[in-house]
Amino acid sequence: MKKPLLSIRDFHLDIGSAPIIKGISLDLHPGEIFGLVGESGSGKSLTAFSAMKLLPHAASPRGEIVFDGQNVLDLDDKQMCGLRGRQMGMVFQEPMTALNPVKTIGNQVSEGIRWHLGIDAQNADKRMRKLLGMVGLPAERFSPGRYPHELSGGQRQRVVIAMAIALKPRLLIADEPTTALDVTIQAQILTLLKDIVKKQKMALLLISHDLAVVADMADRIGIMRDGAIVETGSTARLFETMKHPYSLNLREASTHVPVRKTKPVLSAQSKVPPLLSVQNLVCEYKLQRKKLFAARPVVKAVNSVSFNIYPGQSLGLVGESGCGKSTLARALLALEPPSDGHVDFMGQPLTHARPDDLIKIRRDLQVVFQDPFGSFNPRRRARWLVGEPLGLLGKEISKAEKQDRIVDVLDAVGLSHNDLDKFPHEFSGGQRQRLAIARALVTGPKLVVADEAVSALDVSIRAQILDLLVALREKLGISYLFISHDLSVVRAITDEVMVMNAGKIVEQGPTGDVFDHPKHPYTRLLVSAAPNLQQALKRRRKKERQT
Amino acid sequence: MSLIKARLSAVKDLAGRSLHSMSFVIGGTIFALVGLMAFVSFFWTPYPVDVLDIPAKLQSPSAAHWLGTDHFGRDILSMIMVGAQNSIAVAIVAVGIGLFIGVPLGLAAAVRRGMADEFLMRFNDLVFAFPALLSAVMITAIFGPGAVNAIIAIGIFNIPVFARVARGAALSLMTREFILAARVAGKSRTRITVEHILPNIANLLIVQGTIQFSLGILAEAGLSYVGLGAQPPDPSWGRMLFDAQTMIGLAPHIALFPGMAIIISVLGLNLLGDGLRDLLDPKLQRRS
Amino acid sequence: MLSFAIHRFASLILTLLIATVVVFLVLEVLPGDPAEVMLGINAQEDTLAALREELGLNRPALIRYFDWLVGMLSGDFGKSYTYSVPVSELIGERMWVSLPLALIALSLSTLIAIPLGVIAASKRNSPRDVGIVGLTQVGIAVPNFWFAMMLVFVFAVSLRWFPSGGFPGWDEGIGKSLNALVLPAIALALPQAAILTRIMRSSLIDVLHEDYMRTARAKGLPVYVTLWRHGVRNALIPVLTIMGLQFSFLIAGTIIIENVFYLPGLGRLIFQAITQRDLIVVKSVIVLLVAAVITVNLLVDLAYAVVDPRLRRR
Repeated sequence: MKKPLLSIRDFHLDIGSAPIIKGISLDLHPGEIFGLVGESGSGKSLTAFSAMKLLPHAASPRGEIVFDGQNVLDLDDKQMCGLRGRQMGMVFQEPMTALNPVKTIGNQVSEGIRWHLGIDAQNADKRMRKLLGMVGLPAERFSPGRYPHELSGGQRQRVVIAMAIALKPRLLIADEPTTALDVTIQAQILTLLKDIVKKQKMALLLISHDLAVVADMADRIGIMRDGAIVETGSTARLFETMKHPYSLNLREASTHVPVRKTKPVLSAQSKVPPLLSVQNLVCEYKLQRKKLFAARPVVKAVNSVSFNIYPGQSLGLVGESGCGKSTLARALLALEPPSDGHVDFMGQPLTHARPDDLIKIRRDLQVVFQDPFGSFNPRRRARWLVGEPLGLLGKEISKAEKQDRIVDVLDAVGLSHNDLDKFPHEFSGGQRQRLAIARALVTGPKLVVADEAVSALDVSIRAQILDLLVALREKLGISYLFISHDLSVVRAITDEVMVMNAGKIVEQGPTGDVFDHPKHPYTRLLVSAAPNLQQALKRRRKKERQT
Repeated sequence: MSLIKARLSAVKDLAGRSLHSMSFVIGGTIFALVGLMAFVSFFWTPYPVDVLDIPAKLQSPSAAHWLGTDHFGRDILSMIMVGAQNSIAVAIVAVGIGLFIGVPLGLAAAVRRGMADEFLMRFNDLVFAFPALLSAVMITAIFGPGAVNAIIAIGIFNIPVFARVARGAALSLMTREFILAARVAGKSRTRITVEHILPNIANLLIVQGTIQFSLGILAEAGLSYVGLGAQPPDPSWGRMLFDAQTMIGLAPHIALFPGMAIIISVLGLNLLGDGLRDLLDPKLQRRS
Repeated sequence: MLSFAIHRFASLILTLLIATVVVFLVLEVLPGDPAEVMLGINAQEDTLAALREELGLNRPALIRYFDWLVGMLSGDFGKSYTYSVPVSELIGERMWVSLPLALIALSLSTLIAIPLGVIAASKRNSPRDVGIVGLTQVGIAVPNFWFAMMLVFVFAVSLRWFPSGGFPGWDEGIGKSLNALVLPAIALALPQAAILTRIMRSSLIDVLHEDYMRTARAKGLPVYVTLWRHGVRNALIPVLTIMGLQFSFLIAGTIIIENVFYLPGLGRLIFQAITQRDLIVVKSVIVLLVAAVITVNLLVDLAYAVVDPRLRRR
């Protein structure tokens, strides 16, 4: 067996007095991809930063991180600076913030080259252009004189990769490199990383929360939880022989499909009138003026969209960021007036509804948002927050009844009456999302719009919330409009699905049909780009059998 | 990564927190003492401040006159005590003007956007172009000097300050999902502003209030010094310094002590503001 | 970028116009009869009438306003009532004291503040940082005119290194004149520097937490290199805003400090004009100073675009 390039031995890391990493060990060989998976707070990112010795001030590391024969924990900053960028490169999670906004991308890519090699600007410039070409940003089309804000997220991530591989480091560390990106871009970036690693025979330490991504990319996997690696092994075999309850749970949650007792509600077979009916909806917004006297350019965020939601139906809406799905949601909730078209809810016009009518409509039309941190006023208690929509009922029910409803609805979402007087920050992310669901249900609505309602949650929590949503639907007979960028989630919970791209619905139909036999090219692209654990494992097994 | 940042800042906070609560305690104590001094001076001062005692003029600090006497033989400690009334009163009213006019303006602009917002921004530009001193100059040129001038001039300048803080904070809150959720819950703009926005920007306003309070004391001293504020014989810190100026070679102490009174009050308020900023910064509000 | 500049310039003109309206309303319309203000309530009716005639106060306010405005645009600020010379001449003379004083103070405070802010931020919570923060805390609390008096006491009265006041005039030699401006400039600059230092420090501390600072470190750059190459320029953006806002304080400060040192600048002029109730001088000097504040804020906005490429596209 060859000597490993990176060898972490019984590594501990405390921040202040809190132990964050509790004795992990792993080996990474040249040309190998090691995937470190775990949920938030597992310490996986800090492991990555420890390897580069880019640690917070209060951090105290113990143990060994041996890179190429030397323990990096023993090296001083000057020696580390010689390794960083030269021998080890890093790709970060947030391409939007990882680049300096006031320097050109060319400048930022060539900076490391010039610093380490001490070559002149012209030669560095040449290498920089070659590098940008390598990551798919050829200088003819993407001038190195551009600033980061002139590039998209995916393009910025390419720049970050160019910076990381500028000097052909032997170790590349990628910390959630595609988490902030859309699935189609994610697929491109992952392919790019894979190619580079293979071509330049680098070792890659890939950090991710996504089992499917890691299974697709990594030769070996370590599953991390609470600062420890609970299980590790070569990818295909690990998934077959998995024993640790946490790994099993993680695997189950990643592909979790809630059990449904009722049959899916399909539009074609529905005999009752739709609950919500949207016709030719258009939402425009004006951009900032580009020229002084020119009209402000108009963007059609939602471009002539029509669809129905039937009673009891769970309708999915998938699309990538910027496709207009959130704008559509806001128009449906009468938060922003549409530019054209109309929306009827339970037979009543919702667009341009009078305030009194809107109040009646809102009892039956509620919403769950994405962000479990931002969706509650931090200064109010759960009782007040959950009861807030009860104002829609006016004086129809008594104060005591209102209190009863709040308690009932908390119970329904799996929280207890002991939680009534807590502030939002006293709940965990998953509990807060339960609280948001409780708030949406307290008026007894017919339709709940869930806008990326599980996207910010860890997979195991996500599985629980999906179960809850399905159970509530079967118990209460409510309909969902389930908006998400995540195909697997939409597949797990919806009867029918709409695929949205650039403001238009490009394909619509029963969920299984659409995802298994996509007709529109965009749907096909989306489905093929979405990480899929089963398929990734199948490929892996084949590969491992060959070797 | 956000997690690492959160942990990092948590550790830093712990280190910083004790320091900040210390500045809160020290600042609060200093300011309470200044306030107490002003309060006591309503009933009692070591010597009367409206009686001249020319033979006792320009005495250095002694057991009888702790801080010495001025060119009319008045006790400087007593003058400083009474002068505190003026400084505090002007600053409080000026902050009040800023708060009660500026905050509603800023909130209205943030909630309504469009023309209201544009109007506020132009108004802010305009008022910011008139430093309090220039406003005071104009008012004095017409109505003659007086303490009220200082209040109006400083107060007007405070309006855009508070409007800006309120607007900025409200705008960033408006994008938070709980505001959207409140709208879906049928709440009107006004109720959302009162129930959701105001409580969440109160901290910022309190901190800004202490900052403007200290700036008010400084500005009042400046205005009184150049004769645009409180008029003799009412003692005020700025006026005392003006009187001291020509005698600085003879009796530097009559310039030293009123200046120290200003510095200590302002320092106390600034420390209080710094401490408050940290203490009120709600853990609950911070997103990790 | 050009359209952004034009847009900002248009709003500058608008603000300036409104400012002249405000000044006109306060000084000419609000008092009812400006002639009475200028001569006092005990003035004889015929002298009042003569002054009204001289100032053209018998004409409608609107016409007087436009006359004044058009006059100012052509450099005619009217004639001082007490000095009996054109106001533009007075201003032109006095500006050569105020402007150099303000510029020296501004440069001095920037030169002190930015390095100090960087030093403090780069070693946060070190004794050096705590020391600098403590100094700025005191610096902010010190009224500049009191500080000026203390400087006079120490360096003029006791040590006799600098004159305690007065201004020889630039004709008497640049060295002598600059010497007269040293203490006033220091008195103006230090409290300003205290504020700027704090802003620079906290701005840089924020920037140090940015992801791109870590990216730079991951390239292999040592701490100090990342600090200067990537940190300082980004940290300057909020500092610029504050410098713009500080300018109005700087003007106020200049006016007060001129009174401490008996410098014949615009500040002295304005106070002499108030005592003599020379509304014509007051009016013009105020408009001039307001214009200066507004213009500086425009320059700051344009400077943004130079520092921050994200704004260039607008």
